Amino acid sequence: MNPSRKTNVLPGFGLSMGFTITYLCLIVLIPLSAAFLKTATMGWPAFWEAISAPRVLASYRLSFGVSAIAALVNGVFGFIVAWVLARYTFPAKKLVDAFVDLPFALPTAVAGIALTAIYAENGWIGSLLAPLGIKVAFKPLGIGIALIFIGLPFVVRTLQPIIEDLDADVEEAAASLGATRAQTFFRVVLPAVLPAWLTGVAMAFARAVGEFGSVVFISGNMPMKTEITPLLIITKLEQYDYAGATALAVVMLVASFALLLLINLLQAWSARR
Amino acid sequence: MAGIVSRLSHRGARRPGTTDPAWVRWALTATALLFLAVMLFVPLVAVFAEALRKGVAAYLESFGDPDALAAIRLTLLTAAIAVPANVVFGVAAAWAIAKFEFRGKNVLITLIDLPFAVSPVVSGLIYVLVFGAQGWLGPWLMEHDITIIFAVPGIVLATVFVTFPFVARELIPLMQAQGTEEEESAIVLGANGWQTFWNVTLPNIKWGLLYGVILCNARAMGEFGAVSVVSGHIRGMTNTIPLHVEILYNEYQFVAAFAVASLLALLALLTLGIKNIVEWRAHTALSAETKPESP
Repeated sequence: MNPSRKTNVLPGFGLSMGFTITYLCLIVLIPLSAAFLKTATMGWPAFWEAISAPRVLASYRLSFGVSAIAALVNGVFGFIVAWVLARYTFPAKKLVDAFVDLPFALPTAVAGIALTAIYAENGWIGSLLAPLGIKVAFKPLGIGIALIFIGLPFVVRTLQPIIEDLDADVEEAAASLGATRAQTFFRVVLPAVLPAWLTGVAMAFARAVGEFGSVVFISGNMPMKTEITPLLIITKLEQYDYAGATALAVVMLVASFALLLLINLLQAWSARR
Repeated sequence: MAGIVSRLSHRGARRPGTTDPAWVRWALTATALLFLAVMLFVPLVAVFAEALRKGVAAYLESFGDPDALAAIRLTLLTAAIAVPANVVFGVAAAWAIAKFEFRGKNVLITLIDLPFAVSPVVSGLIYVLVFGAQGWLGPWLMEHDITIIFAVPGIVLATVFVTFPFVARELIPLMQAQGTEEEESAIVLGANGWQTFWNVTLPNIKWGLLYGVILCNARAMGEFGAVSVVSGHIRGMTNTIPLHVEILYNEYQFVAAFAVASLLALLALLTLGIKNIVEWRAHTALSAETKPESP
């Protein structure tokens, strides 16, 4: 039986496919192409100047740097949370498990003002840290806190099913062959979950780079210091610098597409294992 | 007594080498719970604490503001358009992708996921480039006296964009896993396409569909960045709930800002609750379905 010659009796391919492609083009592809076509009219020197001004470079360093740190912090704590949820039992575990998705469900602006209130110098946590000389709100550290908040579920939800599906037999075999628990963990468990871990961290990073709502309130928005790239795009728009804003948007789009490609490759690698 | 029994039974079930030592279990569980408490639980509690800082009366007063009510109306209207639009799209896309074979399927799936990868601010900006005064259609729209950017249509479009993949990405893997046999039998037995969809496919995908709708709705009502770019922030006119929260916050009306924000926090909790019920129902439906088949 040749699968390619299999006839399909189901109707509606033309209608559903036609609608899908039309809607995809109208809502996503044509508007996205507007960004690229707009920069194409700028000319290379103007484009380069727009995306490499000192204030812009400072915003890249902040956006990508803090996002990377936040993604790694989530990589560590997200792993612990996923491990605990997948392997251990404790009271109210179901509730805790459900709660991990809060950053997916809570609007970013709400998260932003709540975190700012907590980490301001008179806030619940900010007032504890202030005597130690640690300022969080309106500093890069505050941006990091917001990005950890929004990125956490990506790591946990990518790792948790993989840890649950790990074959206990393999760990048992390692143990019965004389491996200590630590050896089993680092030589057997960790390599098995590595692709999923990298996928989760990359997703948290990708989300953090573009994040806006939860960051604007806590960041303080000082040019060169605490101004993230998405905010700089809005600033340029408000000054009617459409070309400059679009040039930055293209940089962010290229970075997003590169990350999307990386995530897809990681997922394919993860699926093969 | 019970302690010994449970310890014995635990010992019996224990698989050496697959269980972490007790102190490791305790340390990791404590770390995870503390991290979740500080990072997630405290911010959620803070929303309600700040909203009720000056008492229940001040809290309730915040909702008497006509601008707040206008923001709530606009958010409901936006979700009422964006969510059904993406449901129709999601079902159509999942039908085409899951029930038929064609070349470039993986590319299509990746393109559908694209809006998730785009920064919210950029999502708003691209609509300004198309429909704004300086944009492609700007002059034509102005000639015909149609405003999209800094008006409600722009807000709806940006919301449709950011919530675009939610329903489709829930349904595609679900319908792929279900295959085409049931639908093919219905067609062979004489049902037409719509009958097949309503009576065979829809009952099979209802939990997945509901799941997608809930997540899509939560994002539609809570979106901030994309909507902020296209809204123009006209009080009582083009402010959604999240944008109204921002305005109140920036005017130092903290109680009012957190009171309005608490509505969105309640929506988030409701979303999480329904999501878990749906997951549980989908799980029991799935295991009930597969049980008779397994030998």
